Amino acid sequence: MPDAVNRVLAVLRRYIGRWGLLIALVALPAYYGIHDLTHGYQAGFHAGHAVTRHDLTQLGFNLVEGLSNGAIWALIAMGYTLVYGIIELINFAHGDVFMIGSFTAAGLWGTLGLGLATGPVGLIAGLLLTLIVCMAVCGSLNVLIERVGYRPLRNAPKLAPLITAVGFSFILQNVGLLWLGGSPQGVNDLIRENDTVFQISGVIIHRADLLALGVMIPLVLALAWFIGKTRPGRAMRATAQDPEAARLMGINVNNTISLTFLLGGMLAGAAGLVYALYETTVWYFQGFEAGLIAFTAAVMGGIGNVRGAVLGGLIIGCIQELSDSRLGPQWTEAVVFGYLILVMVLRPRGLIGEETREAG
Amino acid sequence: MNELLAQLSEWRETLVKRREAFVRRVPWWSRALALLLIVFGIILPFFFSQDSGFMGATIVALAYVVMALGLNVVVGFAGLLDLGYVAFYAFGAYSVGWFGSDFFFKAHIHALVSGIAAHETGIHLNFVLILVCAVVITAVAGMIIGLPTLRLRSDYIAIVTLAFGEIIGVVAVNGTSIHLGGGQTLTAGNLGIPALDLPYFPGIGSFNLLQLRPWYWLIFAIVLLVLFINLRLRDSRLGRAWIALREDEVAAVSMGIPLVRTKLMAYAIGATFGGMSGVFLGAFDTTVNASQFAFSFSIFVLAMIIVGGLGSIWGAVLGALLLSYINYYLIPDVLNGLPHDFGLNFDLTQLSFGIFGFLLVLVMILRPQGLFPERRRRLELTAKIAADDAQLVEVAE
Repeated sequence: MPDAVNRVLAVLRRYIGRWGLLIALVALPAYYGIHDLTHGYQAGFHAGHAVTRHDLTQLGFNLVEGLSNGAIWALIAMGYTLVYGIIELINFAHGDVFMIGSFTAAGLWGTLGLGLATGPVGLIAGLLLTLIVCMAVCGSLNVLIERVGYRPLRNAPKLAPLITAVGFSFILQNVGLLWLGGSPQGVNDLIRENDTVFQISGVIIHRADLLALGVMIPLVLALAWFIGKTRPGRAMRATAQDPEAARLMGINVNNTISLTFLLGGMLAGAAGLVYALYETTVWYFQGFEAGLIAFTAAVMGGIGNVRGAVLGGLIIGCIQELSDSRLGPQWTEAVVFGYLILVMVLRPRGLIGEETREAG
Repeated sequence: MNELLAQLSEWRETLVKRREAFVRRVPWWSRALALLLIVFGIILPFFFSQDSGFMGATIVALAYVVMALGLNVVVGFAGLLDLGYVAFYAFGAYSVGWFGSDFFFKAHIHALVSGIAAHETGIHLNFVLILVCAVVITAVAGMIIGLPTLRLRSDYIAIVTLAFGEIIGVVAVNGTSIHLGGGQTLTAGNLGIPALDLPYFPGIGSFNLLQLRPWYWLIFAIVLLVLFINLRLRDSRLGRAWIALREDEVAAVSMGIPLVRTKLMAYAIGATFGGMSGVFLGAFDTTVNASQFAFSFSIFVLAMIIVGGLGSIWGAVLGALLLSYINYYLIPDVLNGLPHDFGLNFDLTQLSFGIFGFLLVLVMILRPQGLFPERRRRLELTAKIAADDAQLVEVAE
C-alpha cells in the first residue's frame, strides 16, 4: 500500500516539476479573465452612472502594458543572464547600473535642452544621442565594476564576488541618492507617452508601449547576431562553456569577460533611457527593485539563456501589470517575489532551460 | 538504591571528565580574560551618565552583536548566504508590538505585567514571555524560509532569502489593509505601533527610558547567553556538521550528515537570535515601524560579520560593535559636520550605506578573511589554497 502511495506521490512530483510553474503563470491572467467575464469590471462613467462591462478588453490592455513594461525587464535580464552564463555570478550591481542609466538620460536632457517644446527632428536626434551616451556610460561602468570588484576574486569562493556585488550596489545607490535626492524625481514627458497610437478591438496602444518594444526588439536581434555570428561572440560562448579550454584555444578570457560586462551594461543603459521615458520619474531606488524583478525574469526563463531572459522579462512584465492594476501597486513587489520563490521551488532551471556549466 | 548511586557516580565522573577537558582546552589566561571582560562589561555603565548618547549607542550596539551572532550561524558556520535576515528582526519587533501593547485592543490578556500595562486592553505579556514567543515564531519562520532553499545552489539561496525578506517588509508596510476582525489589523504599517510596554521584572521593577543602565544590563545578559550558546554550538556535533556542509556538501552528506535537518537547524537557530535581538530593539525603541525593515538592514548586519570575519564568533562580536558605533555614534554624533567643514553640501548620515557598501568591497578584496578571522576560513580564503583546490578539481575531472 505505501508503495502505491509513493508511486502516486512520485508521479505527482514529476507532474508538478514539469507543469507547476506553467500552471502558476497561467493561473493569474486566467483568473482575472474569468473574473472580468463573470463579474464584469468598471469601465469609466457614463451620464453619472458607473459602466460595467463583461469582456476581455481590460485584460488585453493589462497584457499589452505588461509586454511593454516587460521589454524593459527583458533588457535588464539579458545583462544578468549574460554575466551569469559566463562567470556564474549574480551581478547584484546590475540593477543600479540601470538606475545610473536613467539618471544619465535625465541629466543629459537637461544639458541638451530637450524639453516639451522641442520639435520632432531635434527630439529624435537628441534621444538617439542620449541612447548612445547612456549605453556607453553604463557599459563602461559595468566593465569598471568587473575590473575592480570581481576580477581579483576570480578564484575565491563563490560568495566573495557576490558580496562585493552587493557592496557596489550600495555604492551606486548612494551615488544616485546624492545625485537627485531621496524622493522620486519627475522628468519631462518627452514623447507624450500616454498618447494613443492605435487601437486593436478596444485595446489602446500607447506611444510608450511602441517605444519600449521598438528599442528592445532591435537590440535583442543585434545581441543574438553578435553572440551567434561574430568572432568575439563565439569567444563568449566558448568561455561560458569552459573558460580553461577557451584559454588554451587562444581566447583572451579576461577580455571576453569584460566584453560580456560591456554588453550587459549597454543593454542596461538602453533600458534606463526607456524607463525614464516610460515612467517619467526616476528614483535612486528604482534599480534595486528593477534588478530583482529582472533577475527573477532571467531565472524564470532559464539563466544563461538569452531567449529565456526575454521570455521571462515579458512574462514578469505581465504579472507585474496584472498585480499593479488588480491588487494595487503596493503589493506588486510581494507578488513578483512570490513568483521568484515559486520558480525556485518548482523549476529552478527555468522555462526554456538554463545554459550554465553546472547544467552541462 | 545501589543502582541509583552507581548512576550518580557515573554522572559525576562524566562531569569531572568534561571539566578536565574544558580546563585542558581553555587555558587559564583565556578564562581570566573572559572573567575580566564580563566584570568590565558589568561595571561599564557606571562610568557614563544614565542618559548619555554613548550609553544609548552601546545598548544598540550590543543588540546588534546578538543579530550578528545569529547571522553568523547561518552565513558563517553553515555557509548559507542569507540576505533576508531583516525578516527575523521584523518578527521579533512585531512580537513586542503584538504581545506587549494595546494594539490588539479587543483582547484582554495579561501575564506578569505591572503598572499601566496591567489595566489596559490588548495583549500584555511579560518581557521574558514575549522573548519566548519570539523565539518560537522566528524559529518556525526561519525553517519555512529555509525549506525552499534546501536544494538550491549557494547564490540562489541568497536571492530566495532576499525575496522572503522583501515580502515580509511589504506585508509589514501593507499590514494595515489585512484585517483581523473587530477593526484590528495585522500591523500599523508606516505609522508604527506606538507605546510598547517597557520590560518589567518581578522583584526588580519596571524599566524606564530615562535610566539606561538596566537596559544595558539586560542586553548584556542576553549577549552573554547568546555568546555562550554560540561557542558551545560551534564545537558541538551540529556545529561541526554545519562547517562540513559549508566546505563540501557532497562529501558531508556521503559521510552521513543529515542535510535537511542540519540546514534547517542553522536557519532556525540563526533566526532565533535575530528574533531575540528584535524583541529587545522593539522594546527599546518603544515603537514598531514597518519602514525599519528594509533590505539595507540585512546588509548592515552582513557587513558586520564580513568585516569581522565570516564564521568567527569574536569577529562577529567585534565587527558588530565596530560598525554599530560607526553608524550610531561616530557618523551622526561625531563626524556628521565633516563634509560641511570641507564646504560640501550634504550630511554624512546620507552616505552611511554607501560607506558600508564600500567597506564590503574593500574587505572582500583586500582581506577576504575579515579583521578577526577564524583559522579554517583564513586558510580557505588565501588565494594560493583556492588555486591549488582549483587545480585539484581539474586533475580529478
